[in-house]
Formats: sequence, structure tokens, C-alpha cells
Amino acid sequence: MPLIKDGRIVEDDWVAVADGEPVPADRPAIVTFERWQAERASFDGRNAALGVRVKSGTLAPAIAPDLDRFALVAIEFPKFRDGRGFSTARELRERFGYQGEIRAVGHVIPDQYRFLLRTGFTSAEAPENTNPESWAHALTEITVAFQPSLDDPQPLSLLRRRLGS
Amino acid sequence: MALSDKSRNEAVLKAITANRLRDGEVIFLAPGSGWVERLDDAALFEDSAAETALAAAKAQAEGEQFAVDVYTFDLRVVDGQRVPVKTRERIRALGPTVRIDLGKQAAA
Amino acid sequence: MNHIAPGRNAGVYSYDDIDRRFVAERVEQFRAQVERRLSGELTEDEFKPLRLMNGLYLQLHAYMLRIAVPYGVLTAQQLRKLAEIGRKYDKGYGHFTTRQNLQFNWIKLEDTPAILHELAEVDMHALQTSGNCVRNVTTDQFVGAARDEVVDGRVYAEILRQWTTLHPEFTFLPRKFKIAIMGSDADRAAIRVHDVGVFAKRNERGEVGFTFYVGGGLGRSPFIGKLVRDWVPEEDFVAYLEAILRVYNQYGRRDNIYKARIKILVHELGQEKFTQEVEEEFARLRGPKYRLAPEVVDEIRRRFGGPAYETLTDEPESFQAAKAANPDFARWVAVNVLAHKVPGYAAATISLKPAGGIPGDATSEQMELIADLADAHSFGELRVSHAQNLVLAHVRQDELFTLWTALEANGLGTPNAGLIGDIIACPGLDYCALANARSIPLAQAISARFADPARQQTIGELGIKISGCINACGHHHVGAIGILGVDKKGEEFYQITVGGDPTLTTAIGDILGPAVTADETVDAIEAIVEVYLSNRHDGERFIDTLKRVGHGPFKERVYAAH
Repeated sequence: MPLIKDGRIVEDDWVAVADGEPVPADRPAIVTFERWQAERASFDGRNAALGVRVKSGTLAPAIAPDLDRFALVAIEFPKFRDGRGFSTARELRERFGYQGEIRAVGHVIPDQYRFLLRTGFTSAEAPENTNPESWAHALTEITVAFQPSLDDPQPLSLLRRRLGS
Repeated sequence: MALSDKSRNEAVLKAITANRLRDGEVIFLAPGSGWVERLDDAALFEDSAAETALAAAKAQAEGEQFAVDVYTFDLRVVDGQRVPVKTRERIRALGPTVRIDLGKQAAA
Repeated sequence: MNHIAPGRNAGVYSYDDIDRRFVAERVEQFRAQVERRLSGELTEDEFKPLRLMNGLYLQLHAYMLRIAVPYGVLTAQQLRKLAEIGRKYDKGYGHFTTRQNLQFNWIKLEDTPAILHELAEVDMHALQTSGNCVRNVTTDQFVGAARDEVVDGRVYAEILRQWTTLHPEFTFLPRKFKIAIMGSDADRAAIRVHDVGVFAKRNERGEVGFTFYVGGGLGRSPFIGKLVRDWVPEEDFVAYLEAILRVYNQYGRRDNIYKARIKILVHELGQEKFTQEVEEEFARLRGPKYRLAPEVVDEIRRRFGGPAYETLTDEPESFQAAKAANPDFARWVAVNVLAHKVPGYAAATISLKPAGGIPGDATSEQMELIADLADAHSFGELRVSHAQNLVLAHVRQDELFTLWTALEANGLGTPNAGLIGDIIACPGLDYCALANARSIPLAQAISARFADPARQQTIGELGIKISGCINACGHHHVGAIGILGVDKKGEEFYQITVGGDPTLTTAIGDILGPAVTADETVDAIEAIVEVYLSNRHDGERFIDTLKRVGHGPFKERVYAAH
């Protein structure tokens, strides 16, 4: 599936590894959180970057103790209407100080892109055949926000800020 | 509005309905192909044929972004009039009972 | 865009260029979303939540557009625009809702971007009037005017309107989220049956703070909101709500739509555990980032301006003389007029409940007439009440007679605010895709039965509330008499509850007995009223008598014939 970063489709350096499949040692790989919990010792000494994929019901505190092991956290949206991931990302950033990549995976739509960035996501997996223009457009169509957030906006007051694009 | 009368002998038939995407208008699948705005012009189906027709209508209407919420409903033909079994479908076919100057009933 | 700014003295929050730019961008965003839907880029499943967040539903006959009237306050100019939209894009009328909004029933999807564009010209929108987001905040229809007011809730409602608008974290909640705020010791906003109900109050030092009730709600499982915190200082107002919403977004159920509201979460966790979760989240969130600074509050208060009241005295001679000379006017004053915080002024309720009428409906002509009256008598400002009436909140007492004469001449002088004819009813099966039964015809039959104003006044305060399905948009659970439409094998039946109360003494009504037909319901209401009148002590309201004598006598009479 196409990966969206900074409003455009980019190459994905990461490989998503299904449970039971071998984890490549020489390239960045994303494993499920369940696999990480079951086989964590097997990743000791790993050189290539490791990412973890969490289900929407797995909240930030559950993965917080291991965050320093992950260069990427992929948060699953089973359907785009399930908005738990927005809180998870925000907590990873604000409460646990996570600096790595946070990726939205599963079902997200361009109309959510701005919300994703504002809650701390850095990339999003788009559906096949997605229209890249819709993702790019999502970054410019609204230029005002009414809440503090993580995408470094210029405050106009506590309530209002100008969004950069 | 009269309540459904179980003693009636008229067979229960089915029609296929939807709302037109661009304006929300209540529409009915017509005989042959296409959609019409009046229940009187709608195709009627025996129970056994309705599901196949529904699947085809749904695929066509949704594929072409023409209609949404495609489904079947029950009706009887009583004295030559097509009467949906449920109040909801009667109101959809006619218009609000509290504003008989509005909706399909008004254009009649 | 051709902006028409609201009058400077109206006491309505005035938009600046930033607010306008945002609303204009939002209109264009929706225009693009509609285009993507029509082209097939967005599926209906994807488009539906997006259109709902712009107030657009698909109902029985067409799309329905619910336009936000933030905390129920609007200008005469805005009402004129609504009248114009009703005429141009709908069928010449609109429906005022129990959430202080206005909805049009015959809207075309393809017209919606143009309608939203026209609304933006008068600083209006349909943002978040639906969808699983924080909905339009509601409050007292007499906010800023009532004599018993302690804190002007409009300022905080506006802060909430801004803070909740396109909130990046809370736009895809488990379910819809409704906040109500009240700034008096009374409750005219059904605070404890909201997801979050807030009382704004002052401490002994005069500082503003808030009492939070969480987890109230009607619908399938009615709950009364639980006290979560008695005093949240003004500066923590936003942080505390942020904490509540985050707990809800993370832990609210998403597996079952009927269990997804915050009331179920509060119920399942228990008041204590839920409060603990919120307090922990609040402790982490609290800080400069979410601090509501006094300057921000002052700036928003300043942008409300305020009516330039004159120095007057209560009960001027001409007003007293008019009441003495005209009993119908005196009745309307006694029933529909409330004391104002400024001497010499009053707040007048314009009933949209004529006997036999459709509760909450107003034609474009009526809206225009009322807009003119608001300009002439109430600083060009008016309100929508959750009881589906309109309010002119700042009328000089010596102009009340002129106002009433104009209303009366146009069928808008019905003296029934808060009485048995002032029925709250959802649109029901005549319009709504979710309904099981019709609500409006029953409201019409009941109000026609009790048409006599003198009889209504004799009966006194008695709220009838009708919902056409268990979602309870007609607030039947908190009606002194509540009526719920149910479908029994294709036939419409109505279940009667008694003893509901939306005020400070919040209570959910009890079911009186088996559901009955529409005709039987009207007779049942009459029977209930008779039992009340024959049992009541002096000055007792219906619910007081009911509490004292219990359900027995009512039940007996209603079901006597069965």
C-alpha cells in the first residue's frame, strides 16, 4: 500500500512481517506487538531497526516501557471511524516523549491526514489506488486550528493558531 | 393512515427502493432498467426473485454513484393501489402525513 | 465572500477575519468532499461521517441539513438568512430542534456547498451538528438575560465551540458527545442528561469555576449524570474537558453502538473509578499548554459586546395599564415572559406551538417577521430554546404590548410556554429515518385537545415530551409526561411515562403501563390531567402531586377501560 509522508507518496523502507514469518535481520522490519511480547528475547542484539504494530485497543501505556526498542510505532485503524489511535499517538509524544516515527496503518482517509499530523503521526498508509492529490490538498485546505497540538503551529491565542502547511 | 390488515388475501410483493445520491429523492427500481420516482411506476417482484434483483440493482446503483441505501420492502396491491406494508414505506412513497402539501403526494 | 457583520450591540459573538477564513475554508473542504463522493473517490461509508460532521443526514424523503445555532443564540440577520435558505433550497420552512439548532428537511446534496457558502456570509455553519464528535454546545435560552444568572455561560460556550471545532484527537469518538452549560442556580438546559453537563458558578472570592457532571444521557439506557468534580477553576476548564474526552476516546466501547456513549463507560467503570481516570489524566495534562488564561476569556467576552441597555424601572405604568386592559396580553405576560437581570426589561418566549401545530416548525415568513421584531425590540438578537421555541431576550417592558400585538396578529402569540400545550416532539416517522412511530400527529392532537389557554394555565407547569423512537430526541424520559413511539408488528403504539424532570431535581420518568394507540394516548393524557387536578393541593405542580400520591391513581384511571 502506498505510504504518505509530507503530503506525498514515498518509498517505504520498512517491511511489515506477518506473525510466523521470519523477521529479516538486515532491513527495518515491523512486527506485531503480540509477537514482540512473545519473542522479545529473539530481538536482542538486532542491528536493523525494529518497528511494532499495535492494534487500536492497545493504548500507549502498554507499549511505553519498550519504546526505546522501537524506531517506529505503527498504530492500526481497523476502520477509519475508530479514533483511538489519535489519542495513542498523542500520548506517545506528549506523555512518553517518543521521538520515532508514528505511522497510521489500516484504514485512514485523506480527510484525516491533518488530524493525524496534529496528534503526532509522521506517516500514513493509504489505500491502494488512493488519489495523491487528496493527501496533498489535505495539508493546505484548512489553515486555522483551535487547539494546541503537535505540528508546531503558530499560536494566535490559546484557542486559535495558524497552521503551517 | 390505515394499519396493516392481516386478514387481507392479497399477496405480499416486493419493490426495490433507494435514495438518489445527488439529491436524496426516494426512488424505485423500474421494470427493465433504470429508476423512477413514483411507486406506481416501480417494478414488483415475487419474493423469490427480489434478492437477485436487489443484488444487481445495488451493484449498478452504487457502482455508478447513482443511489444509496438500496433495499427491498413489502407491499400489497389493494383495489389496484400499491400499499406498502409498513408505515415507514408508505410515508416514503407519499410524503409526511402532517404536510400533505409536500412530497410525492403533493405532486399527484 | 460578501460578509454581513452582525450588529455591534447585539450581544452575539462577532467573528473576526480568522473565524471567517476558517468557516470559508471548511465550506470549500466540504465542496471538495462532495465532489469526491459524486465521482466515486469516496465511498458512501467513507463519506457518511464527513457529511454528518457538516450536519447533513439522509432522511426519509431527502437529505436533512442541521444548521448550528451555537448555544442557541443568533442575530436577526442570521434568522433572515435561514428564512431565505428555506425558501430558496427547501420548501419554505424550517424546524427548530431540541438541541437549539435549525434543520431543513428537503435538501439536495448537490446544493449543500452553496447553502454552506451562503451561511458563511452571515457567520453561520453546520459544523459538528452530527457525527461522532463533540456536538454543538447547548445552554439556557435566557443566558445573559436571566435575573438568576451567576455566570454568563455564553462566553464559556463559545470557548467550547472553538476548542471542539475540528479537534484533531476527538473527531472520531466512539459516539456523539453533547455538552450543556448553565450559569444559574436553576437548570434550564437539562444539564444532568448530557454526556457532560457543566454548572458555571462563583466562589466566595467571585472567581469563576465549574461543576462537572458526566455520563448523563437519554436514549436506550437513560442515565443521570454523575458528579465528577465540584470545582474546576476557570483556568483548567479546557484541560479538564480534554481529560474527560481522552478517557472516553480511549476506553469508550466501540463494539456495540448502543453501548458506546460515555454514560455506559461511566456506568461500567463506576463513578469512582471513572473519576480517578479523569483526575489522573487531568493531572498529566494540566499545565501551560491547556491553561485557559484570563486574557483569553476577557477577549472572548469583549467580542460579545452587549446590548446597550437604558436605565429603566420595572413595571412601567403603560405596561401595567396594558395588562389591566387586556386579559389576553396579561395571560401571555404571566406565562411567556421572564424577569430580566436589567430593570425595565424582560425576556419573551415566542411559542412555536400553536394548538394543533407542528412543534418547532416556522415558515420563512414567520422567521422574517420574528427577525424584524428582534430588530425592533431586542437589539437584533434572539435565541432558540431546547423546548423548540424562540426567545426575544431583552425586550423593554413598555414595548411588550406592541410586541405581543404583532405576534398575536400573526399566530405567534400562543401563551403556553412551559404549559401542557408546549409539547416537545422529535420529527418522528414523518421525516426521520430512525423513527419507529410518528410524533408530530400526536403532539398536534394533544395540543388541540388542550387548546383552551385558560385551561392550560389552570393545569400549570406540565411538560409533555414525545419521541418517535428510543433514541429519545424528544427527551421523553424527562417529560413530566413522556411519550415514546414504538412499533408493534407494523402498528404505531405509544408508551407513557410519568415523573420525568429535566431540572435541578433531575429524574427519569417511570413507565405507567402497557403501550396504547395514538387515540388512546390523547385520552390517557386527559385522564392523567384529571387525576392530577382532582388530587392536587394548592400550588402543587403536576410532578409534586405525582410524587405525593404515587402512580396508583393515574394508572388506575388510564387503564380503567382496559
